[in-house]
Amino acid sequence: MSAENSSFAQALNAALDDAMADDDNVIMLGEDVGDEQGGGVFKVSKGLSGKYGTNRVRSTPISEQAIIGAAVGAAITGMRPVAEIMLMNFITIAMDQLVNHAAKLRFMSGGQTNVPLVVRTTTGAGVGFGGQHSDMLEAWFAHVPGLKIATASNPADAYGLLRSAIDDEDPTILIENITHYGMTGPAAEPGYRVPLGKAAITREGGDVTLVTYGRGVGDCLTAAGQLADEGIAAEVIDLRTVSPWDEEAVLASVAKTKRAVIVHEAVRPFGAGAEISARIHEELFNDLAGPVQRVASYPSPVPFAKSLETAFLYSVADIVQAARETTKKKA
Amino acid sequence: MNKPASSPSLSPDVARTIYRKAYLINRTDERFRAMLTNGELAVAYYPVRGHEVIAAAAMAALEPEDYLVTTYRGLHDALGKGIPSRLLWAEFAGKRTGTCKGKGGPMHITHPETGVMVTTGIVGSGIPIANGLAMASQIRGENRVAVASFGDGASNIGAFHEALNMASVWKLPVIFLCQNNQYAEHTTLAAGTSVTSIAERAGSYGMPGVSCDGLDPASVYEAMSEAVSRARAGDGPTLLEARTFRLLGHIFGADYSYVPKEDLSAAEERASMAKLRQWISERQVSEADLAQIEQEVDAEIEEAVAFALESESPDPDEIRFDIYETEQAT
Repeated sequence: MSAENSSFAQALNAALDDAMADDDNVIMLGEDVGDEQGGGVFKVSKGLSGKYGTNRVRSTPISEQAIIGAAVGAAITGMRPVAEIMLMNFITIAMDQLVNHAAKLRFMSGGQTNVPLVVRTTTGAGVGFGGQHSDMLEAWFAHVPGLKIATASNPADAYGLLRSAIDDEDPTILIENITHYGMTGPAAEPGYRVPLGKAAITREGGDVTLVTYGRGVGDCLTAAGQLADEGIAAEVIDLRTVSPWDEEAVLASVAKTKRAVIVHEAVRPFGAGAEISARIHEELFNDLAGPVQRVASYPSPVPFAKSLETAFLYSVADIVQAARETTKKKA
Repeated sequence: MNKPASSPSLSPDVARTIYRKAYLINRTDERFRAMLTNGELAVAYYPVRGHEVIAAAAMAALEPEDYLVTTYRGLHDALGKGIPSRLLWAEFAGKRTGTCKGKGGPMHITHPETGVMVTTGIVGSGIPIANGLAMASQIRGENRVAVASFGDGASNIGAFHEALNMASVWKLPVIFLCQNNQYAEHTTLAAGTSVTSIAERAGSYGMPGVSCDGLDPASVYEAMSEAVSRARAGDGPTLLEARTFRLLGHIFGADYSYVPKEDLSAAEERASMAKLRQWISERQVSEADLAQIEQEVDAEIEEAVAFALESESPDPDEIRFDIYETEQAT
């Protein structure tokens, strides 16, 4: 880590800048990503079209299917497109290109082609965008063999995951939490990489493992602080890559703590937590001191009114309560 | 097929090339259907009878390094672009020696060596991908063009609209080759499409729209050559409609009674291979040349069929490979 601080948005911008400087095959396309259009609605691509030209940094029509389709086509010729889908709900328009094409072309071609594509997209509840601008849809993509899905919890990881995703020979979707752009933290050294598929233990503890990613990491660290006050030592695992996820790290931690709480912002039913919980039960059933808990959002569309949005989102208190349940230590 | 024999762009060499491709496509399609009928193979197959001339003449106007994206009804395009018969047959038969190791099958033929980059089973989805191939060529300053081949039905799906608009805005070197065979599955053009000619839609995207006779080699070759020249010159995309008639059901073995008998027999007459042969022979291609082409193609198909039948199926363990760059656990 550098001594300098960076915002999440600056870290992503630096990763794109460095990747484009390193490799002419890295190109960008998305709605309003060019400087003439503002350098992206969250300024993540600011300055890049000026530096690398509008041939390589292309503002597109509002055409998600055409954006991802063009990115897939360029990728199979060996380019490394970074496509921006402004908000994750808009990715539904491009599902055919992602699920039927990006994910499958390597396999269906018998390995003759591959799709080194990165899709950057943002989402997240809590900022009053309502039902069609806030969903966390990572579980949909985790259910598709051939895709990778990652999400960072801090600026340095955002840099490192994006660089790794651009390097990767397979299609990767990077989810940026809309509440994270202004977050500051130590900046990554240029060239830093966070390997895909590798989790990070963000806090060590022996009583319960909190497994999470993205926004959940900060919330789990807050919860872990509160739990420590109650004498419960929580270990926090930041998956960083949702699929393929780091089973080895999670199972090793839960084998030690014998208790697990999985935390994600996406709604609970059929979420990533269900798969992680199932794998823990399959591998560690006899070692567990209690059932694996899941903390997730309420299964409704993301509501608009603040009171409802608060009711929708899981809370730090929910994490603390779940950890107490599994450790059988009531407050 | 009433273009003058003096048609300048269609030299005897090109005529020979077109005939070889069309004959190969026609014989392969027929042989494949025969093998499905007699049970030697059991595969979902979308016949290409009626599309031979379009693929033969359009692909004759391309260079080997030009890109092609086609669809599940794509045997003709794949052969037209030059995929070796034996690799194609082995893939159709689901064998490890096929283009895609038996993992793709007839609906997902890929062969980058001949520029066949994607064959999609999703109607219209190849069109945005062709833009990406063309964009890569444009960014790299290459001279390659990309062709998206699709049917009239695909012009009604959203991907068509998004892709044609983007291609026009970016002046991509791409040719949208719509093979209008009058039927979208079982639905006629009139029942499902708001225009009588797909080429009319080009006006909405600010690009040239050209309609050619898909049963006339000169008409297809000339229109395609012009679209390719425009793309190579940096003047952007063309929507090229090649009109034909689907002479068989949507999928092999499917009911076809909904097609009026008189329409079908008229189309069969126009699409007769004997008529094509006669037309080619009037382009300074000798009877000896034609006979030699036929003999060579027949032998090529025999060899390819034998190769496909003799080849082994993929090993079950092969499933772990090509999902990602790194193999997956058993």
